[in-house]
Amino acid sequence: MPNWGTLLVDLSIIALLIAGIAQFRTPRGARTGNATAAAALLLAIALVLYRNAVLDPALFVAALAVGGAVGTLVAVRVTMIQIPAMVAFQHGMGGIAASAIAFVELTRPGVPLNAVGEVSGFLGLAIGAATFSGSMLASAKLAAKLKQTPTVLRGHNLLLLALVGAIVALCAVAAGVAGLPLTLALAGAIAASVGLGYAFAVRIGGADMPVLISFLNATAGLAAAFCGIVIQNRLLIACGATVAASGSILTAVMCRAMNRSFVKVLSGGRQAAPVQAPVQAPAEAPPQASGAKTGDEAMREAKAVLRESESVIIIPGYGMALAGAQFEVASLASRLEQLGKRVSFAIHPVAGRMPGHMNVLLAEADVDYDKLREMDEVNPSFASTDAAVIVGASDVVNPAAIQTADTPISGMPILNAHEAKRVLVCNLDARPGYSGVPNPLYDQAATLLLFGDAKATVTELVESLAAGTASREATA
Amino acid sequence: MADLALMLFVFALSFGAGYLLISRVPPLLHTPLMSMTNAISAVTILGAILLFAVPMSRGDKVIGAIALAAAAFNLVGGFVITDRMTSLFKTHQEPGSADRGRDRS
Repeated sequence: MPNWGTLLVDLSIIALLIAGIAQFRTPRGARTGNATAAAALLLAIALVLYRNAVLDPALFVAALAVGGAVGTLVAVRVTMIQIPAMVAFQHGMGGIAASAIAFVELTRPGVPLNAVGEVSGFLGLAIGAATFSGSMLASAKLAAKLKQTPTVLRGHNLLLLALVGAIVALCAVAAGVAGLPLTLALAGAIAASVGLGYAFAVRIGGADMPVLISFLNATAGLAAAFCGIVIQNRLLIACGATVAASGSILTAVMCRAMNRSFVKVLSGGRQAAPVQAPVQAPAEAPPQASGAKTGDEAMREAKAVLRESESVIIIPGYGMALAGAQFEVASLASRLEQLGKRVSFAIHPVAGRMPGHMNVLLAEADVDYDKLREMDEVNPSFASTDAAVIVGASDVVNPAAIQTADTPISGMPILNAHEAKRVLVCNLDARPGYSGVPNPLYDQAATLLLFGDAKATVTELVESLAAGTASREATA
Repeated sequence: MADLALMLFVFALSFGAGYLLISRVPPLLHTPLMSMTNAISAVTILGAILLFAVPMSRGDKVIGAIALAAAAFNLVGGFVITDRMTSLFKTHQEPGSADRGRDRS
């Protein structure tokens, strides 16, 4: 049955796609790689259209045009801050497409599917629908339209189990019937899957989003691959499998960077940790009582520290994205460089809300990507650095993770900002990060706490460096 | 069942190749990577197109149109956004990118 001609064409398209991914080594290569992959898919579409006549072209073109136009419009307008929410939304669209295709194929009268096709169809239907609802929820959380704290329902695990059981049962029923009962059973399975995706995502909190979004990346690919088995399309299987691999890798990388197992993250992990603690924490840890300075005094000293420092490492976190301060941070870096200082950025793998989030934000703010340094590469340099400037980050620089046992973040690799000679903290307030673990960095004598809106704080620092620096630099 | 074996083979091969390649992508590019693989998962558009190649009931047509529109959104949006994102990355040491970053001295 295999037609060698079409097999060859399919393999060429897959090879093109892989060539595209292989170029993701440098940002420049990534751009051509993306174009290569897009070309591969366009070629595949052209080929399918060439091989098959489309019935009802009016509806076909309309659906294609609407989807494509809206997709382009959104993609052109979205800001880099909105990227995580946008990508999550896209995962959801992939999921709904896979689920819908599986549904139509399974209910199509006349041509019965073989057992493998049928089971794959059920899997594509369920995974696609769950990816859809999970992604929509993740997208809403990432866009800060929903609260960031995990919602753990009573008997959450039992509920998940019951939903999986319901999906399996409904699919088993669907396998034995035809006509309306089949449609109803599949509709029920879709509804249960949507519920499953929701229940799954709802107990994952804001800072664990990098794991969830990576996982949804993988499931969207998996749903596509199962769809491919139903319609016996090699390209679908190959592309879906590649995406599933990519999502799995990113999921693993994110979990490792948090030193938490996948299961722990998914189960709302830090239940033992005080999820509500961030709200109550400031009262119990007044920074004034510690060695670190705050307020105007700290600001005055911070300006002097920056002027006198020869090397500065900036550590951005999700707070920078929330404050929209990446442009100010970028101008701080370029101002410091103009004054002859060595400046780089330390990027924690899970800083932000999706893998690589900080890099995209800083790239948009025109920061040279050579200056964006990974955790393992940058950590040895902190000890010889004059000033570490933290902008909206807490957990990823919390020394408790490596110094104290039994905290929810113990064992998590951190950026060693505490080793720098001086530490400037441009966070909103003294509240601990998402984990709820108070940050001992705030009690260090070398630390200057510049609390308030990061945008305003960093702007003030930039302005102080702009005014009257030349004379001081001459003496320094 | 030769078909099943072939399909499993394609799945395993692609997963393996993807795994090898993607584990070497630097963290710097993880966001564009996810965005692009996301666009690739919109390959389901092929499935949506194939739905239209055979007669469908009215209800199925609606579902087919939803699948097609969603996949098209995902495909076009994903690639466009990845292109925008990757175009933002620049360095001043790379000679060819000087035109993009001239505003900073």
